Amino acid sequence: MANQNKGLIGRYWSLLTNPTRIAMGIILALGFVAGIVFWGGFNTALEITNTEEFCISCHEMEANVYQEYRETIHYSNRSGVRATCPDCHVPKDWTHKIIRKIAASKEVWGKITGLIDTREKFVEHRKSMALREWKRMKENDSRECRNCHNFESMDFSEQGRRSVTMHSTALASGEKTCIDCHKGIAHELPDMEGVEGWH
Amino acid sequence: MKKRLTIVAFVSLLTSIIATNVAWADMGGVQSLRGLEELDANNTADSLKRVPRDRETFERDYLHQPPLIPHQIRGYKVDLNSNKCLSCHSWQNYKKTGATKVSMTHFETRDGQQLSDVSPRRYFCNQCHVPQADAKPLVDNNFNSVKPLAD
Ligand code: HEC
Ligand code: HEC
Ligand code: HEC
Ligand code: HEC
Ligand code: HEC
Repeated sequence: MANQNKGLIGRYWSLLTNPTRIAMGIILALGFVAGIVFWGGFNTALEITNTEEFCISCHEMEANVYQEYRETIHYSNRSGVRATCPDCHVPKDWTHKIIRKIAASKEVWGKITGLIDTREKFVEHRKSMALREWKRMKENDSRECRNCHNFESMDFSEQGRRSVTMHSTALASGEKTCIDCHKGIAHELPDMEGVEGWH
Repeated sequence: MKKRLTIVAFVSLLTSIIATNVAWADMGGVQSLRGLEELDANNTADSLKRVPRDRETFERDYLHQPPLIPHQIRGYKVDLNSNKCLSCHSWQNYKKTGATKVSMTHFETRDGQQLSDVSPRRYFCNQCHVPQADAKPLVDNNFNSVKPLAD
């Protein structure tokens, strides 16, 4: 038998490249099942971490940003349609979602070390956190806003005068994106010193 | 005949006094704009009036009147950290946003000193400027604008 002359790696290699039917079947079946379990489990975990309940299960979020957000248009409004935390903070498509989730592992570290576990600490850190969100949204052209607010579907005759003035010019031309003009749409603002367009 | 008339008049006067006393017993006799409602009872609340999103600017009625705000201001925060109003009304931003720029008086301290930025006493805009709901006045009003402002 040729196999006996080969080393362990060589034998494994030939098993993979030249397996018997049964071995092949078992490998495929196991792989398939494991795939489903891992993939399903992974995505389920992703989905669980992608709910508002999960976001505000953390006291840092519940006591600060959540309370502020409850007074804003995306929580209480005339149509009853809500935007929840992940709607604005987590991308919808898979690749971007994973990238955002990996970035979030740093936030888990912040949680463990109690970086923002009091209101004072939270407020002190708000600016750096807000700057990060603004940068992310600026770079992706406010993708999360646009998931719900489609520029093509905006009916200017239904909007206020001030909205039309800005939307039909700087927004339409692509010079500005939503977050350039709508900072603080869901939370209180940090000290705006040095932020473009603010005092 | 005359006597009978007096009695009728007297009786009706008496009943009307009693009737009003019963009705006003707990009101202290005061009828307010809220209507005749027992003090210990809640009267039905009027529906909230809406502030139109944008409207024409208001005419001013007297000199040095802080102009009324002709737009909604829901969620516009003015605090130590930020001033939403100035993000449109400041001299840096008014051209881009199409808003009226704050006038020179907003840069003055109370001793008339001119600052290079909005004076602290004019920082909290809503102290003086308020939006108007779409509501009819409750009481008639025949105020006339001063001559130079009346058409
Ligand atoms: C989940 C969908 C969703 C997302 C994501 C979302 N919005 Fe909204 N937004 C809404 C809905 C629905 C309303 C209208 C509510 C109403 O008036 O009934 C609204 C209203 C608004 C308004 C109107 C405010 C007013 O005073 O009338 C602004 C401005 C706005 N959104 C900006 C944004 C920005 C900026 C983002 C991104 C950071 C964003 N939205 C993300 C759904 C969304
Ligand atoms: C150049 C500045 C600018 C940009 C860019 C911009 N907006 Fe606005 N938007 C405004 C202004 C000004 C208003 C009116 C004032 C207000 O609501 O505070 C407004 C109002 C709105 C309203 C309420 C409309 C109405 O009149 O009922 C919505 C919804 C909105 N914006 C969503 C968006 C979304 C989504 C984007 C990105 C696709 C966006 N805006 C980009 C300046 C801008
Ligand atoms: C309508 C979109 C929207 C929704 C809904 C929303 N956020 Fe935000 N969030 C933002 C934006 C935009 C910023 C960037 C700072 C700003 O403009 O206020 C931000 C900033 C933050 C920050 C950084 C600190 C700060 O205040 O700037 C945290 C933390 C945060 N959001 C958590 C949450 C949580 C938790 C929820 C759900 C309870 C939530 N957000 C819902 C848009 C949103
Ligand atoms: C998104 C930009 C924007 C914001 C934010 C804003 N305004 Fe305005 N404001 C305008 C525009 C545009 C006009 C209308 C100018 C016109 O029609 O001539 C106006 C008009 C006014 C006027 C009437 C001026 C006049 O001459 O009659 C007052 C007063 C005013 N705003 C006060 C405020 C206050 C106070 C705030 C904050 C609570 C505020 N505005 C926030 C854009 C804004
Ligand atoms: C102490 C009261 C007071 C405060 C606070 C105040 N204003 Fe005024 N404002 C006035 C008065 C009075 C006038 C009209 C006479 C004048 O121009 O001084 C006026 C006029 C204006 C006008 C019209 C200017 C013009 O050229 O016709 C605007 C716009 C305005 N204010 C915006 C603001 C904004 C924005 C703030 C907040 C940063 C603010 N005001 C704070 C009293 C105030």
